[in-house]
Amino acid sequence: MNLNLTLIGQMVAFVCFVLFCMKYVWPPILAAMAEREKKIADGLAAADRASHDLELAKHEAVERLKEAKESAAGIVDDAKKRANQIVEEAKDAAVAEAARVKASAQAEIEQEANRAREQLRGQVAALSLAGAEKVLGAAIDHNAHKELVDKLASEL
Amino acid sequence: MAAAGEELTVSGYIIHHLTNLTFGKLPAGFERHLDDGSVVHVPEGGLWTIAHGGAEASAMGFTAIHLDSMAWSIGLGIIFCLLFRHVAKKAETGVPSGIVNALEMIVEFVDNTVKDTFHGHNKLVAPLALTVFVWVFLMNLMDLIPVDLFPELLLMLGVPYQKIVPSTDPNITMGMAIGIFILMLYYSIKVKGFGFVKELTLNPFNHWAFIPVNLFMEVVGLLAKPFSLGMRLFGNMYAGEMIFILIAALFSAGGVWLIGAGISQMAWAILHILIIVLQAFIFMVLTIVYLSMAHEDH
Repeated sequence: MNLNLTLIGQMVAFVCFVLFCMKYVWPPILAAMAEREKKIADGLAAADRASHDLELAKHEAVERLKEAKESAAGIVDDAKKRANQIVEEAKDAAVAEAARVKASAQAEIEQEANRAREQLRGQVAALSLAGAEKVLGAAIDHNAHKELVDKLASEL
Repeated sequence: MAAAGEELTVSGYIIHHLTNLTFGKLPAGFERHLDDGSVVHVPEGGLWTIAHGGAEASAMGFTAIHLDSMAWSIGLGIIFCLLFRHVAKKAETGVPSGIVNALEMIVEFVDNTVKDTFHGHNKLVAPLALTVFVWVFLMNLMDLIPVDLFPELLLMLGVPYQKIVPSTDPNITMGMAIGIFILMLYYSIKVKGFGFVKELTLNPFNHWAFIPVNLFMEVVGLLAKPFSLGMRLFGNMYAGEMIFILIAALFSAGGVWLIGAGISQMAWAILHILIIVLQAFIFMVLTIVYLSMAHEDH
């Protein structure tokens, strides 16, 4: 329990250790810790940013998908419209063609009928003349009775 | 166990454990009582030697040094420096592991305590606090080593006395406290200048007639700080060590006492784990607080 030179010795040792700690221990440890803290903070910030970016990308993807769907629907609509149009056109064309064919057929029929009628008329005239000849028993002057026969034929 | 020249009694055992290995100068004419009972007078000019017993150590006065306290204290200080220097070199920005992590936790703890308590700008305070905390803790930690281990081992090697807990030596604790006191005075004068004189003379009664009263009170208050700082640590550790020694002495009673001694040894050691950390923490916090007060201008 005596106070002696140990007191001074301890003071000197104390100063030495504190100086050592101040120079070689404290600054590097604190610097490393501060740097690590910064690194971790940066890492967290980067993670935040990345998740934000991901969110944006997702949003954009949804947007794009929606656009694509819309444009696909538009295309399908257009195609349907176009198909309908084509069908309509085809129908119209068919109707027109049918009408044309019908008209030409009718014209031909009429022509045929007229021709037949003309033929019939000629034959009727010849027959009438032949009949009359037989009835009269004499030859009929074709030229003299032509007018009469033609009149008869046109009445048929 | 008693050294040569002391009886093998409980009180001799305790005294032996509480005596430092003292090297110093015996004054001329001092009577040395040797082991064989003869008396030798120290010759003219004194004698530098290792003291045998408390009486010789006292006779050496101030010109003596406690070899054991100094060796353990400096040894532990060097361990502190090597440990933390190792960490300082290894500390990187990556994931810390093992000892680096553990010691960085201590550094961060000290740093936070300093930041909470000390508001000035001083690069010295935090490293000082770290040194004080870890060093005092290591010195206190020696208290948990069985009291007989080192004294007995060294006795076999011919070293008569050994006190391995430096913080049970008032020289050690007061040495640190005085070091801190000098820093307190230095920063008080540096930061406050003449304000420090005002603080000593015009507080608490702000009138010139009260200057002697104020001065007396303030100086007592100022001196009480390092004294209480050093003595608190010393008192706590000395008392704790004393109890360990008493428990160790109880073992010599034998028989049923062995059980009681064993239980109390364990209980006291467990309690002491708390005490050694607490005392180191208190020493550190008071160091910071005192230096903080020295930096505060009123």
